[in-house]
Amino acid sequence: MDKTYNNKAWLLVIPVFILVALSAIIPIMTVVNYSVQDTFGGNKFFWVGTEWFTDVLRSERFHNALGRNLLFSFIILSIEIPLGIWIALSMPKKGIWVPVCLIMMALPLLIPWNVVGTIWQIFGRADIGLLGHTMSLLGIDYNYTNNIFDAWVTIIIMDVWHWTSLVVLLCYAGLVSIPEAYYQAARIDGASKWAVFRFIQLPKMQGVLIIAFLLRFMDSFMIYTEPFVLTGGGPGNATTFLSIDLVKKAIGQFDLGPAAAMSLIYQLIVILVCYIFFTMMSHLGTDKPVEEKSE
Amino acid sequence: MAQITLDKLAHSYSENPKTDADFSLKEIDYVWEDGGAYALLGPSGCGKTTLLNIISGLLVPSKGKILFDDRDVTAFQPEHRNIAQVFQFPVIYDTMTVRQNLEFPLKNRNVPQDEISKRVEEMIDVLDLGDKASRKARGLTADEKQKISLGRGLVRYDVNAILFDEPLTVIDPHMKWQLRTKLKELHRQFNHTMIYVTHDQTEALTFADKVVVMYDGEVVQIGTPEELFDEPKHTFVGYFIGSPGMNIIPVNVAGNQAKIGNHTVDLNGGYPDLSGKVELGIRPEFVSLDQAGLGIPAKVTGVDDIGRFKIVHATVESHEVNIVLNEGESIPSDPKITFETSRTHIYQNDHLVYPLANNRGL
Repeated sequence: MDKTYNNKAWLLVIPVFILVALSAIIPIMTVVNYSVQDTFGGNKFFWVGTEWFTDVLRSERFHNALGRNLLFSFIILSIEIPLGIWIALSMPKKGIWVPVCLIMMALPLLIPWNVVGTIWQIFGRADIGLLGHTMSLLGIDYNYTNNIFDAWVTIIIMDVWHWTSLVVLLCYAGLVSIPEAYYQAARIDGASKWAVFRFIQLPKMQGVLIIAFLLRFMDSFMIYTEPFVLTGGGPGNATTFLSIDLVKKAIGQFDLGPAAAMSLIYQLIVILVCYIFFTMMSHLGTDKPVEEKSE
Repeated sequence: MAQITLDKLAHSYSENPKTDADFSLKEIDYVWEDGGAYALLGPSGCGKTTLLNIISGLLVPSKGKILFDDRDVTAFQPEHRNIAQVFQFPVIYDTMTVRQNLEFPLKNRNVPQDEISKRVEEMIDVLDLGDKASRKARGLTADEKQKISLGRGLVRYDVNAILFDEPLTVIDPHMKWQLRTKLKELHRQFNHTMIYVTHDQTEALTFADKVVVMYDGEVVQIGTPEELFDEPKHTFVGYFIGSPGMNIIPVNVAGNQAKIGNHTVDLNGGYPDLSGKVELGIRPEFVSLDQAGLGIPAKVTGVDDIGRFKIVHATVESHEVNIVLNEGESIPSDPKITFETSRTHIYQNDHLVYPLANNRGL
């Protein structure tokens, strides 16, 4: 078939281009602009080339923060994904408990990040917090402000509490879309509960799991507000994640150049990891794409 | 393979069924012969899927028993009944290859591996899926997927019955015919008891040796396609089978004659006195349209030309009557209709009434 070429379509795309330019391209280019220059104030800039990038990539501070971020994302993903699947599987499929469960699940998601941080900050305090006080009454030495392990445990539990529901809701949506006939066929085929999970439920959840995985990875990798409110990055630098470090550098120390270079590297890492995950996960379980036979 | 006996079986979805209307499936007593091909035919919501699910064990009946040969399986779970079921929408295991799909029910039953391979290869052959055996099942077309669903039942040689729940719903028309032929062929080859649920009379009549017609939770007739055509036991059967369906006309019956308004029609025999709703049933194929003669005057309201024959819609004494005219026959200007006497049937409250035995004649 002959294709019709008509360039008028570009006119319709222009509004989007303008919006994207204003909201994304121009701000990012500003950051790029900062990342290759140095300034001593007075709006005077000097070209420094890739110096800031090499500085950031060689700095131990960056390596440590990146390491903490990766560890954090790894831990919360390996808790939230299986836990979310498990909760979704145990939720009722019909009846009056469905809306109750869904609302209960949605509640944590509605709470603003800094409120979540504040809730856990107070909850964990040894003097007035329910958790902190109970722990000290039980004789357990729990203090997230000066014990690294306690600080990490608190942040991880806080994140699991806040975000597992998202995984649950996504998985649940995937599960309820499975027609009853699949379960009936599996029973007739004599499939075990595990086989039903492995060959029916998990494949049908694959799509939503990819989304859950990517969303949780990105969010946890960019986490800022909750640890900032809860621990402020401490004790020491134990919970200083990349975003906290970045804000310190950009606004605290006003090192615009290095901060700009760091945020670009940060962004590239997020995009790269997401791309790799997405490609890997969406190729799971598929064989080579087959050309549909035309008739 | 087994003979399936339904013993006073009935089912209601409500907890405490009281009246007949509470039952989605009214009491049924029937024996499905071993190796028979049956069709369960009826409109949506008539209880045919309920009956099928009771046989497969997905539903436990509220009353009665179900026996496979002499074994009471009423309380058995589907996995213990050793039946196979093909659903309306193809159910396949997406992540498995075609071969793994077919192996799955055998693996779950701990069949030895060499036996599995042997049977699966044979089944791939039977289903003509040879070139696709190592492909993921998710990329296949609907009819291929439906073949896999069927194959998962057939690989188990010893299944008691294979149940089909409107299996051709999502299949393209030109593939329907092929798949149905395949089914018949497989039935002849393996001789499984097959029960096929459908609302399509063509599917039912071409597939089955015996058709079970259901209406409003009740089995209204069980018979061969000819029996259903020649002697419908219920007005619904007459109406549902055949295209167009049987003409049903309210009449008054006296002996071996019936009155439609002021006109008299001869019947296939003498009848006792009938009360309640009395109707005469005659298939459009046995109504003729003549120019002169003694028939009842009719008014033609429309004609559908099907090609090989014409369907004439007419009104007789304000009742609608369909007439099938063969190719070449023309519609008279002042039409009179006559019924073929031996093909008339009388229904009392929708059920067929037989003429008195000693008067039965032509």
